[in-house]
Amino acid sequence: MKKWKEEMTLVDKDISEKKANYLKSMKIFDYIIPILSVVAGLLVGAIFMKIIGADPIEAYKVLWSSSFGSMRGFSEMLVNTIPLIFTGLAVAFGFRIGLFNIGGDGQFLIAYLASAYIGFLFQLPMYFHLPLAVLAGILAGGVWGGFAGYLKATLGVHEVITTIMMNYIALYFVGYMASGPLKAQGGLPATPKIFDSAKLPRLMTGLRLHWGIFLAIGAAILIYYILWKTPLGYEVRATGQNSDAAEFGGINVAKNLMLAMFISGALAGLAGTSQALGLEYRAYQPFGFIGYGFTGIAVALVGKSHPLGVVLGALLFGVLARGAMMMQSMVGVPKEVVQIIQASIIIFVASEYIFKYLVRKWRERKGDVIDAS
Amino acid sequence: MLASLAALLSTTLRMATPLILASLGGMFSESSGVINIALEGIMLIGAFTAMAGSYFVGPWFGVLAAVIVGMLVALVHAIASITFRADQIVTATAINIFATGITGFLLRLIFGDAGQSPSVQDVGTWTLPGINKIPFIGDVIGTQIPFVYIALILVAVSYWVLFKTPFGLRLRSVGEHPAAADSVGINVFKMRYIAVIMSGFFAGLAGASLSVGLLDLFVKNMASGRGFIALAAMIFGKWTPHGALMAALLFGFADALQMLAQTLGLTFVPRQFLLMAPYILTILALAGVVGRSTPPAADGEPYIKEEV
Repeated sequence: MKKWKEEMTLVDKDISEKKANYLKSMKIFDYIIPILSVVAGLLVGAIFMKIIGADPIEAYKVLWSSSFGSMRGFSEMLVNTIPLIFTGLAVAFGFRIGLFNIGGDGQFLIAYLASAYIGFLFQLPMYFHLPLAVLAGILAGGVWGGFAGYLKATLGVHEVITTIMMNYIALYFVGYMASGPLKAQGGLPATPKIFDSAKLPRLMTGLRLHWGIFLAIGAAILIYYILWKTPLGYEVRATGQNSDAAEFGGINVAKNLMLAMFISGALAGLAGTSQALGLEYRAYQPFGFIGYGFTGIAVALVGKSHPLGVVLGALLFGVLARGAMMMQSMVGVPKEVVQIIQASIIIFVASEYIFKYLVRKWRERKGDVIDAS
Repeated sequence: MLASLAALLSTTLRMATPLILASLGGMFSESSGVINIALEGIMLIGAFTAMAGSYFVGPWFGVLAAVIVGMLVALVHAIASITFRADQIVTATAINIFATGITGFLLRLIFGDAGQSPSVQDVGTWTLPGINKIPFIGDVIGTQIPFVYIALILVAVSYWVLFKTPFGLRLRSVGEHPAAADSVGINVFKMRYIAVIMSGFFAGLAGASLSVGLLDLFVKNMASGRGFIALAAMIFGKWTPHGALMAALLFGFADALQMLAQTLGLTFVPRQFLLMAPYILTILALAGVVGRSTPPAADGEPYIKEEV
């Protein structure tokens, strides 16, 4: 390596140094773009508030205090954040290998049902029952997502299409099970209540915040570890950067695609698991998607597919979700404004090409860089 | 018996219509190489626009507005994914979320807190003179909402455009092999822009068929996955207009059957199974179990022009 460097002509060295500097200077955009996008998204939201005659500053104050103004608000915000950490990690892990898991909502529902099922099926000691119910969710979500990975790996079927289809199959399947074969006695279209031994304990009495938050943070740490400290993670990232080169380098791309979709599905599944075991204590017939899977896409994008970024992104969207109702009731801003903010943030993050393109053009004009592609 | 069969088929046609229209839109977009999963969101915006247009002016003005707004939203998708090479799925997802937000926002703003708009004037029905007198056939197709006839005509027109005109050939070549198309002088960017905007036209029209055709009001999230079923119909129909028509009719039939079973209180097959049938069939088609569906070769890939 050193010798090779010495052999380089001065001109070459000059160019390569400039290029490295350039790429390094571009790296900072990984931090700047998400932050700018969030600010811009909030501005778009403010414009919509102005249009209807509401005071954006007042609304954003309410948004802030609804999450950070009281213990209960803080707990509710974290309750919103938990599933988003899971689905955000699911999408981010998929992104790392170059797959787009848009099926988080389906994987959520299947795991939601599976965990509830194990939860009410029998009564066991807690140290055994709770892990088993969580494991059921991991497996159910994993298989649901892994199937899309299987079709991708063996037949080249686009995982976006498969996972969209699987979302709706899950929606109707869970609806059928919860209102049919697994329905509890009584009027509600829902499964029986799970036993206490399968419940994710609450952190404090009177608050809904539950142990799912530890599961979520644990999952983020685990995914970080897998991605950067294990051979699997190396292979996943190598495949994501250039699958042909990875294949050529001896990586079994097909196997990794399936495995990655399994892990991604399992992560999204954990969101459903924590919903069933931590909040609702049973599985209800769903009447549509809650949308955690789709919001997970926004979370992963804002978090730049990094586990720490995902946690921060999930917090952001958790705050927005928590504040939506409060802004509506206290300042008269329709709660849908949050979805508009969310969509704007996605668009802005996705347009990083524009930022980079403009920066490159500007630098080229200054004669800094000749070729950086 | 025959009368109820005719009613079932008549409902099938009506339920299939938004799917036919949106799947034609998806087909044009994907034939040119741009995946458009924003059909769902554009449909929703189209449905709202048509309702609002009908509320303030008149139903056909609503349809026109829905189509125009649909094309404008599609233009956003085109700019982001073609010119700025943003990820097509990401952009479309943003559009879908935005659609839910903006329609809910405006609904609340204009019509107050309810989850639906007040009733507006719909486009009514058309009757085919002569045909409506034929027994059975007349009951099925003699009198229908205008969108049914429009959709059927557009299937034929789309087939002609895509497979019988130079424009269609160019469009498909751009979707299969953009570099080769470029080398013979076809403007890849322009073709893709046209195709994506066309998909907005169709999805907007599909949305209008929901709010001033099938119903006479807008309900929150009324597209309820139809944009995605349309995508399924397009795939199941192997990216051809006649295939999409047949698939949409099949999916519409499942839907009509489900509705009929529910009204009659029949439970011979759970309604959820009928509802999930389109999605299962589509996965089977993609997996090659029921006739392999293969997308255009360059579907979903941004085109980067080689610089000389």
